Amino acid sequence: MTVGEPMKMSIAELEEQARVLRRDIITCTTIAGSGHPSSSLSGVEIMAALYFGGVMRYDPAEPHWAKRDRLIMSKGHASPLLYVVLAHAGYFSTDLLETLRQIGSPLEGHPNMSRLPGVEASTGSLGQGLSIGLGHAFAARIENADNHVFVILGDGEQDEGQIWEAAMTAAHYKLDNVTAIVDHNKAQQTGWVRDVLDYSPLAEKWQAFQWDTQEIDGHDMEAVLDALQRAKATQGRPSCIIAHTVKGKGVSFVEADYSYHGKALTKEEEQRALEELGWQ
Amino acid sequence: MAVKPDIEFKMGKATRDAFGAALREAGKTNADIVVVDGDVNNSTRTEWFAQEFPERFINVGIAESNLVGIGAGLAACGKLPVIASFACFIMCNGYDQLRMSVAFPNLNVKVVGSHAGISIGEDGPSQMAIEDVALALGLPTFTVIVPADEPSTLKAVSAMLDSVGPAYMRVGRPDVPVVYGDDPDFTLGKANELRSGNDITLIANGIMVSAALEAAHALAKAGVEARVLDMHTARPLDVEAVTRAARETGKIVVAEEHLVQCGLGSVVAMAAAEHAPCAMAFVGVENTYAESGDPDALLEKYGLTAQHIVAKAQSLL
Repeated sequence: MTVGEPMKMSIAELEEQARVLRRDIITCTTIAGSGHPSSSLSGVEIMAALYFGGVMRYDPAEPHWAKRDRLIMSKGHASPLLYVVLAHAGYFSTDLLETLRQIGSPLEGHPNMSRLPGVEASTGSLGQGLSIGLGHAFAARIENADNHVFVILGDGEQDEGQIWEAAMTAAHYKLDNVTAIVDHNKAQQTGWVRDVLDYSPLAEKWQAFQWDTQEIDGHDMEAVLDALQRAKATQGRPSCIIAHTVKGKGVSFVEADYSYHGKALTKEEEQRALEELGWQ
Repeated sequence: MAVKPDIEFKMGKATRDAFGAALREAGKTNADIVVVDGDVNNSTRTEWFAQEFPERFINVGIAESNLVGIGAGLAACGKLPVIASFACFIMCNGYDQLRMSVAFPNLNVKVVGSHAGISIGEDGPSQMAIEDVALALGLPTFTVIVPADEPSTLKAVSAMLDSVGPAYMRVGRPDVPVVYGDDPDFTLGKANELRSGNDITLIANGIMVSAALEAAHALAKAGVEARVLDMHTARPLDVEAVTRAARETGKIVVAEEHLVQCGLGSVVAMAAAEHAPCAMAFVGVENTYAESGDPDALLEKYGLTAQHIVAKAQSLL
């Protein structure tokens, strides 16, 4: 890969990369003994496509490179997903993943931009990442630069009013260099999204807020790639991708049970999960 | 003792006016400044910057949480965002964002809250920030600045813009007396001694600085020489000036247009307690919200006048 050129894997390679990312998410959270593996597993294809599918421009050797595109993980509890992607992208050694959540490690429970290269925003208080992304987008506009800003939002996070403040602002200012991706995994901390706060219809809301809105299967790598490319090319308004996903994707007993939110798998569960993913 | 203030101050502009003028001036030489507004630019005076630099001005509407987040993103890209609204709205509505998006990652965002204190008058308590300094002090990476008058606010704004890291500046709505000459010395974290004296020290910020000078004048008539410090920076606090005042005068009164339990008085008391414990008394808004009314009448009713400072001073003498 030449400096700054996006890493561009084939669909088959991306799918294999997704399997690696899932393994590492499970392993590092089980070592840590805590964390949010299920919230991380739902966004694997989205993140793989962004970083390894030729969508984002970045340079791990120069994390603050001015021409880089930005990824803001607004659902900060999916930090294991962000960390395994950044490690495999080359921002730091994959060995560091074993230190997740330990004192002294820059891999904190929620992302801390001051301590880890490649982290564009410190998140963990839900609702804030899209506004931060808008700040990046305004800065690019002032500079007449072509950076694109991707923000990963949770679907529980859609409850937060700040998201909709930011949605109105991005549309008003026609910030077409912003793409919001909703990891719509249908579950949040204490239950299914439709039971906790049924805000449906979601896509219609983003459309009504004047965002170019696509709905896709967030585990279909080709669909994810196509949607991201269309979002990047959209002119005159911001883009939203509602990615229908499954919380805990790839691990049957986690998929079926929202109460796995915020829980690491035990050693025994880890073994079963890795078997299901075809690792042993 | 009834105080008839016979010290005459020249009236100056409001500190919000000085902020607006200084910001527009800074915009001419610093192309990194981007101003973010919550649709109150004609109140905060950021409209003067907006008129001159529309391409570096963003009105996000009445949405302070989003406003703060946009400021954080701009700062992360190397811009110098100045984000402004009424003090109560930006600090209270935007507080989680100030904590998580700005203070924690230590981003170079300058937060300006106008219409602070009860001296806004008739609009009433919903618009009166009396807790903003406490909230700013709850953000450990923030510098906290409360300038007293027009000339010192002009200097405070450029000092704030030259500093690196998050900062909060509180400015007010009404015109206020001028306590400084033109072009005063102003260093963040360094108190200005406006009057010398060794019998007692009056420490104040914001509009209470002129009240403290008035009080010192009245006390002098009774043979008490009061030192007056403009403690314009609540953090970093000029601990050395507080320690010296405690040692040399033995008594300190702190006055602020803010909840008395959790503002300048608290940090000064902590510094004194640690380095040179002395007798202290505090002037501020007691445990209450104020009400609508004429600003001077409100200051009188809620205990924020020279007379109240004199009474507290006398209780220590």
